[in-house]
Amino acid sequence: MATEPVWITGIGLVSCLGEGANANLGALDRTRPPVVDEEGFAPFPVHPMPPLALDRQIPKRGDQRQMEPWQRLGTYAAGLAIDHAGARGLAADMHLVVAAGGGERDTALDEAIVSELAALPPERAGPLLNERLAGGLRPTLFLAQLSNLMAGNISIVHGVTGSSRTFMGEEQAGADSVRIAAARLAEGRGGIALVGGAYVAGRWDMLLIHALGGLLHRGAWAPMAEREGRGGGMVTGSVGAFLVLETRSHATARGARGLAEIASVATGAARRTGGDTARASAAGLAGNLRSLLRPGYAVVSGASGAAGPTAEEAGFLADLREAGPAQGPVLRTAEAIGHSFEAAFPANLALAALALGRPEAPPQALVTGFGCWRGEALALVEPLREGGGG
Amino acid sequence: MSVSTEDHLGRPLVAVTGVGLVTPLGFGVSGSWAGLLAGRSGIRRITRFPTDHLKTTIAGGVDLPEDAEPGGPLPASVRVERFAALAAEEALAASGANVDGRFPGPLFLGMPPVEVAWPLRMDAARRAARNNADPMRYPAMIEALGERQDAFEASCFAGVGEHLAARFGTRGAPISLSTACATGASAIQLGVEAIQRREARAALCIGAEGTVEAESLIRFSLLSALSTRNEEPARASRPFDKTRDGFVMAEGAAALVLESLEEARARGAEVLGLVLGCGERADSFHRTRSNPSGDAIIGAMRSAIADAGLEPRDIGYVNAHGTGTPENDKMETLGMRAVFGDRPPPISSNKSMIGHTLSAAGAIEAIFSLLAMRDGVLPPTINHETPDPAIDLDVVPNQAREQRVERVLSNSFGFGGQNVCLVLGAAPRG
Repeated sequence: MATEPVWITGIGLVSCLGEGANANLGALDRTRPPVVDEEGFAPFPVHPMPPLALDRQIPKRGDQRQMEPWQRLGTYAAGLAIDHAGARGLAADMHLVVAAGGGERDTALDEAIVSELAALPPERAGPLLNERLAGGLRPTLFLAQLSNLMAGNISIVHGVTGSSRTFMGEEQAGADSVRIAAARLAEGRGGIALVGGAYVAGRWDMLLIHALGGLLHRGAWAPMAEREGRGGGMVTGSVGAFLVLETRSHATARGARGLAEIASVATGAARRTGGDTARASAAGLAGNLRSLLRPGYAVVSGASGAAGPTAEEAGFLADLREAGPAQGPVLRTAEAIGHSFEAAFPANLALAALALGRPEAPPQALVTGFGCWRGEALALVEPLREGGGG
Repeated sequence: MSVSTEDHLGRPLVAVTGVGLVTPLGFGVSGSWAGLLAGRSGIRRITRFPTDHLKTTIAGGVDLPEDAEPGGPLPASVRVERFAALAAEEALAASGANVDGRFPGPLFLGMPPVEVAWPLRMDAARRAARNNADPMRYPAMIEALGERQDAFEASCFAGVGEHLAARFGTRGAPISLSTACATGASAIQLGVEAIQRREARAALCIGAEGTVEAESLIRFSLLSALSTRNEEPARASRPFDKTRDGFVMAEGAAALVLESLEEARARGAEVLGLVLGCGERADSFHRTRSNPSGDAIIGAMRSAIADAGLEPRDIGYVNAHGTGTPENDKMETLGMRAVFGDRPPPISSNKSMIGHTLSAAGAIEAIFSLLAMRDGVLPPTINHETPDPAIDLDVVPNQAREQRVERVLSNSFGFGGQNVCLVLGAAPRG
């Protein structure tokens, strides 16, 4: 079976730190205080979305109106990645895999409806619910809510039409979208792909779900280590993260600059009961890439802050350290840009590629993903050798 | 004589060794298939919840015993999981692929996006009111609900897939996906690809749908997508008919056990048929409409046939996307003419009987395509009463037809421009 090297040739990254490579390198250096909104969604602090010059990536106002912030953020970041790769002209043949959550609900309508109906007996509440929804829901909001319509909008706005798939399942969807996109390229199903996701943290409908899971940090922002001492908890962050992936031959044929190579990407899902732990699952995933690690490798960590999996990830990294070679810095990016579910793994891959391109870069970067409920993922990102030959 | 176990590109041939169905025509493959061949409609008036103020009050709903119990109908994510599990159990029992009660491959689950259900939101507001908090705001509702692991798992996207993976012991991380109305076909495609690149020997592919609820009916009505022929439920879904006025929402699930043909042979499994090729093409034209050129639909059909190493003339029957919306059926006709020229094969729409099962449709219809080859009979398009002069196709009107076919093209075209086509083949002889 053909196995072509797969390069990252474009990065589209938006977070509370801003957009683009330079702004987001701050996620690795932690030289600035975190950008946090502690009031807007209290008691839950969130890393907010930066202002976006939407017209630059979504030029038609009509398209902008058809979306809510979540789809806009993803479509915007996807456009940044395409531009960064210099691949505008290749969109028609680009394969698209999006890791998606749900789009925005009309929370004001939800609140109006429950406040009117909650106290009524079911036989009265049921028909009234229909009436209020029929009168209150906007057609555009349905399309803005549909998970697969982030991909649909990327096709419409950027002309990406090679294929289109939308994975759902929080962090795992982000990791598997990269894994599947890379595997398809490696085996010769196309030469170029666009993959990633987005998450908007300032949303009550999403905070409700994560609060049900008991996963959120409350009160003032605090570093992860401090949160761990108080039972853990995530601070969620608005992130749009897309990558243009290309086979080496496709990139070199068009003279494209490679940023890094995805040497390996693997995913798993422990049941997280008994001996079937996230730590053991990650150790299993690490089996094949352990021999590829070189002293000083950096870890771009997907630790979310959720107590259990964050501890499991730390344990896994300690095991890895013990087995050698010497581990370099462990960068917990969620401390700078927040945890972003579907977008987390693509964002960390992007940050790993950026880290490898800097002076005094680590020899390679291991990207981890430990879902706040389910899912483990590892990727090994390698710098390209001199001359871009990979 | 032994047939090759690799395809024209040297990839492992992919066999289907077990199937399971839940449809508006019944629980199980045999009941659903018998109903389909009899031309029976599974579309009924909705009784599970109040339909006051809804423009459409009919659906191909699949009711469960718990729906009638206090507490009301089961929420969508629970329905999806239940239907998926029932279909998977039937498929696994038929295939005998499990080893020590565990499935020897990954799970690919096509499903609708799920979210917090209305009863939970109402419950939250009632609790918030008891706390003397302002019940009109989400923050108070969140505080009032507190931690609820069951509700979390029913509302997050990974929940259904994780539960099914745990139950059936599938390998690796389950992949849940949505490509709108093409979802079920995409789930099969992902399984086929995993086997073709020798990443897996087997795959459990499921498409499941359970979102017949007031809010989703209203949403689709706002897009003018649904039939409003409420007085005649059985006659409402009329693909390719001149008087068609929209699709009818429906529920159900399909599960397929895929294995490499080599693996299936080695363990002596009965092979129902093959998945020979998959094709996809996205459309960049509009959120709910196809490009009038038909390019994406045509591209998906052609690439599926090419992926199977076949020519259009090799296709004996097309299992239509055939939703019964004025737009879809017109575009599908255009695609048929472009791909097959002057002599297109017969095409029929299962949706005329079971409605549009959305995330499940591509998988359900793939199974019906395989059964058509197994039994040498094409299911009909019912409610075909007023031919549309713009649709000059043989739609197998109203009555099933005995006809042997060896290769079937199954079409799935989704909102958001996601189009997937599958080419299925009869079980190899010898």
